[in-house]
Parts: sequence; structure tokens; C-alpha cells
Amino acid sequence: MVKTIFTPYRMRIAAVTEEAPAVKTFRLEFVDPQDAEKFKFRAGQFGEYGVFGEGESTFCIASPPTRSGYIECTFRQAGRVTTALSDRDLGDIIGFRGPYGNTFPIEQWEGKNLLFIAGGIGLPPMRCVIWNVLDLRDRYKDVSIVYGARTVADLVYKNELAEWGSRPDVNLHITVDPGGETLEWKGKIGFVPKILEEAKPTGTNSIAVVCGPPIMIKLTLPVLAKLGFAPEQIYTTLENRMKCGLGKCGRCNVGSVMVCKDGPVFTLAQLEKLPQEY
Amino acid sequence: MNSTVIGRKLTKAANLPQLLKRLIGAGQQVLAPVRQGERVSFMPATDFSAVDLDYVQSVCSAKEAVFPRHEMMMKFTLTGKDVDMKPVELTAKPTVLFGVHPCDAASFTTLRALFTWDSPDEYFETKLDHLTVIGLSCAMGDSYCFCTSLGSGPGDTRGSDILLTRLGGGQILVEVLTEKGRALVASMAELFTAANGQKKDDHLAKIARRFDGEKVKAQLPERFNQVDLWREQSMRCIGCGACAYVCPTCSCFDIQDERQRNSGERLRCWDSCGFRLFTLHASGHNPRTMQSERWRQRVMHKFSYQPQRLDVWGCVGCGRCSRGCPVDMNLGEHLQQLAEL
Amino acid sequence: MEQLQQMARELLERQQVQVIIGYEAGSEANRRRAVFVRRAEDVSRLIFDDACRQNLATYLLKPEVLVLGKIGMVVRRNTLRSLMQYAVENQLADERVIAIGIGEEGGPRLLPNFAAVEEYLAQLPRGPSAAEKAELKKMEQLVMEQRWAFWREEFDRCIKCYACRAACPLCYCNRCITEVNQPQWIPVASDALGNLEWNVIRAMHLAGRCIGCGSCADACPQGIRIDLLNGLLAREAQQQFAAEPGYGQRKDYALAVFKPDDKEEFIR
Repeated sequence: MVKTIFTPYRMRIAAVTEEAPAVKTFRLEFVDPQDAEKFKFRAGQFGEYGVFGEGESTFCIASPPTRSGYIECTFRQAGRVTTALSDRDLGDIIGFRGPYGNTFPIEQWEGKNLLFIAGGIGLPPMRCVIWNVLDLRDRYKDVSIVYGARTVADLVYKNELAEWGSRPDVNLHITVDPGGETLEWKGKIGFVPKILEEAKPTGTNSIAVVCGPPIMIKLTLPVLAKLGFAPEQIYTTLENRMKCGLGKCGRCNVGSVMVCKDGPVFTLAQLEKLPQEY
Repeated sequence: MNSTVIGRKLTKAANLPQLLKRLIGAGQQVLAPVRQGERVSFMPATDFSAVDLDYVQSVCSAKEAVFPRHEMMMKFTLTGKDVDMKPVELTAKPTVLFGVHPCDAASFTTLRALFTWDSPDEYFETKLDHLTVIGLSCAMGDSYCFCTSLGSGPGDTRGSDILLTRLGGGQILVEVLTEKGRALVASMAELFTAANGQKKDDHLAKIARRFDGEKVKAQLPERFNQVDLWREQSMRCIGCGACAYVCPTCSCFDIQDERQRNSGERLRCWDSCGFRLFTLHASGHNPRTMQSERWRQRVMHKFSYQPQRLDVWGCVGCGRCSRGCPVDMNLGEHLQQLAEL
Repeated sequence: MEQLQQMARELLERQQVQVIIGYEAGSEANRRRAVFVRRAEDVSRLIFDDACRQNLATYLLKPEVLVLGKIGMVVRRNTLRSLMQYAVENQLADERVIAIGIGEEGGPRLLPNFAAVEEYLAQLPRGPSAAEKAELKKMEQLVMEQRWAFWREEFDRCIKCYACRAACPLCYCNRCITEVNQPQWIPVASDALGNLEWNVIRAMHLAGRCIGCGSCADACPQGIRIDLLNGLLAREAQQQFAAEPGYGQRKDYALAVFKPDDKEEFIR
């Protein structure tokens, strides 16, 4: 078979986790062992996940590169492709093209405090880098995670949140929006920026990674500034609409940047120079 | 801007039917300007009598030769839980694009820059490899042409394998520009004679330089936030894709699947940044909600971003977008306005 | 023309409207383009003649235009009918637009609301022009094979740029059927089937609603005679359902109204 830039890997769905209403995680294994052998990626990269006959959809690789042999993706059912994906079962074959895009520069972060701030479905793109860092834990100083969702049900990776919460080397702050709590809820109640402010992580020798809905990011950035984070210390990953992942189809063009090639990972300092078309 | 001329020959207008016949005889598909009523289109020509070389511009560009409106990228059959991906056919009909103007020929330089800038594109490159471009210098233009404002012109050799210029009296200057062109001329050598110093300049259309493209390019980044400017220019724009679809250098595309029961195909189709849906997320968020923002994107992409990133203009000044616009958006005029601000 | 400019000037000066949408000179001698006049001193840009063909009603749904304020609009007969159809389909509030009816005997007329538009239209001749009728007749006289061949050739040129849809005041769906993909109703490719389905389904969606302005065909860069297709369906809708869209505020357009005395049994 002639392979082209648009030929996907065949991936078998090896595990399905229901994370939250309409949100699922797939563990995907390469059907062809040779593909698995060759496949390398780094934290922050993304791919095109395809259901044959329905199309392709773009998500980050949510599992860390430190765990090989499979990749994971977490997605919310929204359009045609994610609905079709959602309908797939264990053992079904789907397509995957990638990895595409740039990466979180985690080598440069060694010896620093790391602060991860995520809202809702913004955690999956960050989960990859969180696990990558935790798998190399001794290279980093403090690791803090502030994660919020609208309701308790909307929190994704519930088991992993419990695991991170029980680790002495992770400071975890989980919160739900006021009104989103349940009777049993033992975490915090309040919006992410407020919880961040209360947690008072230091901006000195630190890196912050922020991912979540635009309004959360907007209200979180001033808090980070107050904590002493400079724009160069703040990272995020953009989620522009994409089709090719190769810098050709034009869809994710923002300023002179192709998010799929030059991103999706940007520092706030870089974003401040771009038009706000993301 | 011009390509190096590696050979200069002469031929006669009366030889062109024979040339066409020889090309077809050699197994080439020949796409040539064919007039149907008021419209000229590039169509497969089998007989020179259908070819009209006295045209200002075709409605659609010649980009379809390398970037079709829809193109199959793969086929598949669903077999239970699995899928059987079928090989795509990475073959193209050997094709000669006959009688395209220098703007269309130059567009292949832009398309190549985009499609190959960071990774190969086998679909595009296969077609381009199988394409020979016989350009035809412009003897006439119209008020929509602005190639000269972007450093090109009616006798620009860039992108052509051979460029023909009609010198009057049935005589045609043949500039050979590539090895492909040389091979083609050599394969029918009896149709050509040696040139002896003939100049083409006097036989080219006079296309007035309307604005300084370099100046527009330099100023665009600071114009980005002049919201009123873009809103005023695009107030009458209705957000269709006509400009992008007739454009020789617009290359944005969509990827979509079609399925019939258990088999299907993945297609690449033309798309346009002018459509509201182009950037719309499944969540409902849209980075470019207003038509003025989409119009700005179109201008910025062609005259600022692409030159910055790929070192080519995203426009060849052919004027098709403006001739074809349902509401008379006039790109040359809008760029001129930008230059004169 | 002077009368038109004077009316526009007064509307702007008295602040009865904040913008006049009309026609001005375009790129070429025979081209006109829409102009959005916001200052009284700019009314001299307004012109009107037979070349002013674009149906300006389509701008009444554009966000950038709506924020300009109350609208005065230079309207030909067909555009007036679009306004009425907007009234019927609840796309436009009454008195949102002050229409300047033009192109009819007696010079330009100010039409401040739907009732005035309806009354004005009632005095005007109805139905397709003689030339349009002749063209429709020619189409109807073709035998089926010839008709099929004609449309196949027309649609073969379609590049699915959707200029027809964008130019049409009645193609205002926020989510067009061609973009509905669960399931994908219209094949995505611009090939024989995809083009046929797009054009035919669009025509069906306009049947009994199309007021025959011809903006779709004017907009088509490939010169496809979409207006003929719509015209034939409009005639059908008129003959079968007595549909005459765009003349009144009554909601009686053919394919969306239930009548107890419908001649088809299945629906009764």
C-alpha cells in the first residue's frame, strides 16, 4: 500500500473509560507492531483521530511519552466525528495520524517548580505533560495542580486525581464551581482563579501551564501575574480548528503562525504578539 | 522574479495546431483556454479550433490541474471491527497546460511553496511533476489585472516551462525555461527555428502598476488592528467562496469522509477562509466571527503571512476574484487603498 | 436620481435612519455595487439604473450592517418582495427598514413599514416579465432528456462556492443543509452528484419562497442559470398551491402551511 502524508496508523481501541458526561478516554494500540516500534512523540503533541467514513478530529495525545506501546486520547462528544468515535467499542479499529506540532520544553523546566492549572476538558492536553513530569519526578521541584470543573461529574480522570491527591510529592487543589458540588464532595468550591490565589504558589523559578475555557484563562492570567509569573513562564496549548495537521489546509492560521506546526504549545509572551484569533 | 531562459526559438501561429496534435499524439492531456459564450475555461482540448488564445482571463484558474476541487486521498472498506485501507493512486495523467498567462504559471510557484513547505504532499507533487506549462504572454489585460503591482508582469517567465509571446505577423517567440520545456521543444524540433535577437517587450500588454506591493506588505502588520478599515472594506462582502475558488493561489482545503454502507473515501475539497464555518469549533467558539475579520484574514494571509513564511506572494494579481465577485469586491482597489492610506 | 439622493439626505439629516443601503458605481461602467451611506454629504454616491440588480435585502441579516442602526434601503420591486417574505418568515421586525421603493413609475417612494410595502406592491404588475416567461417556456418545451442534459451541463460547472446561497436573501439558515453532516445529506465533493444534489435541494428549499430576483444567477461566477430552476419551481408552486410569495404578510407559503382542504389525501 502506498503511504502518503494522509495515511493514518491503524489503532485498536484497547480500553475505554467514561470520564464525565459525554467525555471518554480511549487507549489505542498500534495494530501493526512495526508502527508501534517506530512511533515516537513528545509531551504536548497532538494527532488526527479518524473514524473511517466519518472523518478526522484533532486532540492532544493525553498519555505521556514515558509510557510506550499505546497512546490515549480524551474527547468530548460534540460533532460528527466525535459522535462516531464515541460509538466505537473495545477492539474497534480507528485511524491516527501524528504526532504533529511542537512540544512542552520539559527539559528546560528541570530544577523548577511546576504549576498546572486546568479547567474542565482542559486537563487532557495537560495530563500528558503531568505524567511525563511525574515519571521523571526527581528532576523537578514542587509540582502543583489546580484543577476545576463545573460540577463534580464533569471532573475527568477521577482515579488519577485520587492518585495525585495521595502523593506527597504533588500539591493537588481540586475545585468545582459553586453549585456544582455534591453532598459527598470534600474538595474545594469556587472558580479556578480564586482557588489559585488561595494556594499562593510562588512565581519564582516556576513554570505555569494553563489550559481550559477562554474565560478561565482570562481570569487566571492576572492572578499569575500577581504571583510573580512573567509571560515567558506561562504556557498554554491552543485548540484551533485543524484538518491536516501539516500546515497546509490553512484552518489554524493565526497571524503568521500555523498553530498545527508552530504550536499548539505557546508561551503567553508568544501569544501576546499574535492576533487574538484563537 | 523571472526564470533563466535556457533557449530561445521561434515558431509560427500556423504551427500551433500541429503542436497540439503532437502533444496529444505523445499521450499528453492538453488543457487549453476554451471559450463558451462569455466564459473561458481551461478544458481538455483535442482540436486547436476549440482553443481561444485571445482571452483576457478565464473565470476559474488553472490550479485544478494540480489541486482539484475534490480529490480522493484514500479509499477504505469496513470489515467488521477492522478497516481495509486501499492504496491511493499516486499517478497523474501527463498534462500540458497550454496557453496560460504568466500569472497562472506563477501561481504554481506559490502553490508549490505552500504544499511542500514542511512536508511533502504526494497528491499535489505527483500532479505537478506530470505537468508541463506552456505559458502565453499577455497581449491584453483589463482594469482588474494588477500583476505588475506585485513585481510580476505580462511577460513573466516564472512558472512556465516554455513561454510563448506573439510577435505579430504570425510569429511567436518561444522562451525555453526548464529541462521539461527543452525536451518538449526537442521532441518536435521541426516546428521551431532559431531566434535571432527578437524582443518581446513591445508585444506585451501594458498593465499599469497600481500600488507598491512591497509597501502594502510592510504596512500590513500595523494595519491589523485598524478594525474600521477592514469593516468598511468588507461591508458589502457576503461571505461566499467565489473569490477563493476562482483564485489560482488559494489553497485552503477541507478533509471530509464519504461513506456508502461499508466502503468509503476520504476527500480533500477546496475551502475558503471567507466562510463562517471555516474556523468554527464544535464547541460553538469561532475565532473569526465577523466577515470583516475573515476579509482581513484573506488579505493578511496573501500579502503578509505567506510572504513572511514562504517567501512568496499569496496572490499573482490575475484579478479573477474581482471579476467573479458577486458584490464587486475589488482586491486591486482595496490594496491600492491600503497603499495610499 | 436627484429625488433619490434628496430622500436619502433627508432621512439621514432627520436621523430617521443611520444608514442608507443603496447602489453606487462599481469597478466597470456596467457594474454597480452596494454602498452604505452614513453621512448626508455622501448621498451623491447613490445611483439607480437597470444595472443595479443585486438584491440588497441580503444585507439585512449581516451583523456588521445591523449594528449601524436603523436602515434606509434603496429597493427594487424584487427586493420589496424579499422584505415581505422576511416579514412572513419572521426574519425582520416591522419598521426596522425604511424602504425607498424605486424603479417604478412615479419615482421613488418612501415605504416606512410592511403595510406600506404591501400596499405599494399591490399596485405593481405581478409575475415574471415577458422575457422571463419566454425563457421558462423554452425550458418547459424541452423533452425530459434534453432538460436533463441541459441541467447536467449547467451543474457540471458548479464549483460549490456557495455564492448563490450568500447572494440569496432567503438562504439565511444559520446552518445550511449542505453543512448538516449527521447524516451528510449532500455529498461533499463538487462532482456530478454533489453538484446536482446541492443545486436541486437548494431549489427545493426555495420553492414557494423564491421571489425571483435572480441574484443567485447573477452571483454565480460560472454563470449557472439557477434563476431558471427557481423560476420553474416558482411557477409550479404557483400553479399547484397558488403561491405568490412576497406580496403579503400572510403566512401562506406553499410547503410549510397546512390547510384542511389540501387536495392531497395523505396530509389531510
